[in-house]
Amino acid sequence: MTGVKFYQVGSRAVGNRLLPLAERSVQADPERRNSLNSGHRACQGCGEALAARYVVDAAVRATAGRLVAVNATGCLEVFSTPFPESSWQLPWLHSLFANAASTASGVAAALHATGREDIRVLAQGGDGGTVDIGLACLSGMFERNDDVLYVCYDNQAYMNTGVQRSGATPPTARTATSEAVGAEPGNRFGTGKDMPRIAMAHDIPYVATATVAELHDLEAKVFTAMSMHGARYLHVFSPCPLGWGSLPADSVRLARLVQRSGLFPVFEARDGTVTAAMPIRARVPVEEYLRPQRRFAHLFGADGRPDLIARLQELADRNIARYGITEEQR
Amino acid sequence: MREQLEGSQAIARTVARCRPEVVPAYPITPQTHIVEALGKMAKAGELGRCQFVTVESEFAAMSAAIGASAAGARSYTATASQGLLYMAEALFNAAGLGLPVVMTVANRAIGAPINIWNDHSDAMSQRDCGWVQLYAADNQDAVDLHPLAFALAERISVPVMVCVDGFVLTHAFEPLELPSAADIEAVLPGYEPRQVLDPDEPVTIGAMVGPEAFTEVRFLADRQLRGADPAFAELARGYGERTGRLLAAVRPPVPAAHTVVVALGSVLGTLEEVASATDGAVGVLGLVMYRPFPADAVRAALRDADHVIVLERAFSPGASAPVTADVRAALAGTQARISTVVCGLGGRPVTRAALHDLLATADRGELGEVTFLDLNDDVVGRELYRQQQAPRTGPTAANLLRDVVPAGRGSVR
Repeated sequence: MTGVKFYQVGSRAVGNRLLPLAERSVQADPERRNSLNSGHRACQGCGEALAARYVVDAAVRATAGRLVAVNATGCLEVFSTPFPESSWQLPWLHSLFANAASTASGVAAALHATGREDIRVLAQGGDGGTVDIGLACLSGMFERNDDVLYVCYDNQAYMNTGVQRSGATPPTARTATSEAVGAEPGNRFGTGKDMPRIAMAHDIPYVATATVAELHDLEAKVFTAMSMHGARYLHVFSPCPLGWGSLPADSVRLARLVQRSGLFPVFEARDGTVTAAMPIRARVPVEEYLRPQRRFAHLFGADGRPDLIARLQELADRNIARYGITEEQR
Repeated sequence: MREQLEGSQAIARTVARCRPEVVPAYPITPQTHIVEALGKMAKAGELGRCQFVTVESEFAAMSAAIGASAAGARSYTATASQGLLYMAEALFNAAGLGLPVVMTVANRAIGAPINIWNDHSDAMSQRDCGWVQLYAADNQDAVDLHPLAFALAERISVPVMVCVDGFVLTHAFEPLELPSAADIEAVLPGYEPRQVLDPDEPVTIGAMVGPEAFTEVRFLADRQLRGADPAFAELARGYGERTGRLLAAVRPPVPAAHTVVVALGSVLGTLEEVASATDGAVGVLGLVMYRPFPADAVRAALRDADHVIVLERAFSPGASAPVTADVRAALAGTQARISTVVCGLGGRPVTRAALHDLLATADRGELGEVTFLDLNDDVVGRELYRQQQAPRTGPTAANLLRDVVPAGRGSVR
């Protein structure tokens, strides 16, 4: 592979323009819907905005435009719909924080009851609205196998309310409610939930994870999900420069590093069983992912906590073993 | 044709004839018979393409109804008590989004102490959520109010709650006349939403509104809700002409010279009977519509009253009681004396004898500003004394029951 010039330096990803037309990203198509239109109020480098743009445009493409979106309260809702403006170029409904899944179930039921099954339903929310306050509604949607694709944009804390910890916040991360003080600074070990595996435990047709570093993979998973019926779940790792204390320009890099460190396994599961996992092509120690983020700053430096970094490395190693995603294992 | 029917069955069969398209359901006593019956009909294919969705909570039930309604389906659910409170956030949301969801509330007390029996604490706690609230005095009302509720909701784009006393009505068998499908069709044509989630005409529903417009949004929502009063009158007139059963925001008052008792719900039957035996000394004003509050009709009906007694099946701890506050506002500037009588809490029967004694007390001029009907003064006095001697935190129910339940017949620790 030496001597080949790649467009994304250091990523080993082949640039979009080198691909055949049919394999190019939906975003490469000037005729795309632009479901989340420009002019919204997301922060610079917002991983959620990037992910949502790819997810919704891909879903619109997959359904030939026959798509309805339901949104939980959160950053995505707030930055996209400050009355009287809206960035959404598709039918879009926001009800409450906790009920996006149930509201989407209701939309799907209505479309079925009124003979409009050609219209598909996408629900989306952040990690707080998904793994915490919205979990009961989401679990209900899963167990009933309602015909909805639910997408969680995971930025690992309650960013819209000012960066408080959620059930998706990783250990040691500093948030406004897991301060970097005390014997165990940042978020405690032994807390948090693994939402994709919770989703898999419902034996729903499709569960997948993705990051904003692998956008072709993200789009492909949306297309796969939209080719199926029943309850489907997509969990997208979405960096938040504001909440993480990272550079806006680093969002994609951090999303790449989290996968390569093993801290965020990227995989697909069908009917409760893992069917594919993205191999780690150039493994990095967790430090490389942690160091550029101020939320982990207390782990480094003279008063750093190499012991906590080692425990995070153990979590990464466990993921790598669980999903068999190193090059050696494959 | 009159049939001997349980209230819940009659409501379910009537709702079925209203052609709901999505019914999210979650069980809670004493509402459950209604959704059970609808679920059976849906499963048997008697409701066309209607989707009966067994959700995991009342919050999800109302949320699914919101989604279904926004997607253009006629949506219905039923709940009670804790379930109504569990969906509180979604109730405000449905109203704010202007979605014509219809819901039966089988009125039941709110805990703690947990209590499954009837009063109005649940619906009254949600009086400000922006829904129309209609109260059935009997099961025939309960039946007839449902087609009108759907028609009203869809006409003014506001959700409607039909409040039916739990057990007293939901589980009572009465000879009832169900409206025919044709009677209902006449008042309730197919649902044609004005704004719907549709890829051909994409709209954003549920945007964020800031200080620059929120007050105006609230003002207009109030106007919209107040439109329920004339709209209900018109719809009820049309329905009454076909069925011979005329409903109105307030029931035809039992006229009186001086004293009028205001009430809503199933206590009205007993009350009207007791009042009619006073030879015109005591009148009755029954409220069918509580939100929007029919202030003009109430004021007109109470024009000549010197003493207005409001029977409350709920109260506001630390203040007064909800209906009294509204009646007082409607009578502002008049000389009428207003008494609040809190009665029938947590299923305690409001008997003819108790109402008779109450009216006698009022007649003697001895009725105070706030009275708890049938309050066991001995028990309350002992507990107040005990608390004075040895104050402690925690529920009072256990202490009270030691006095109320004779030894050996059960104990609560």
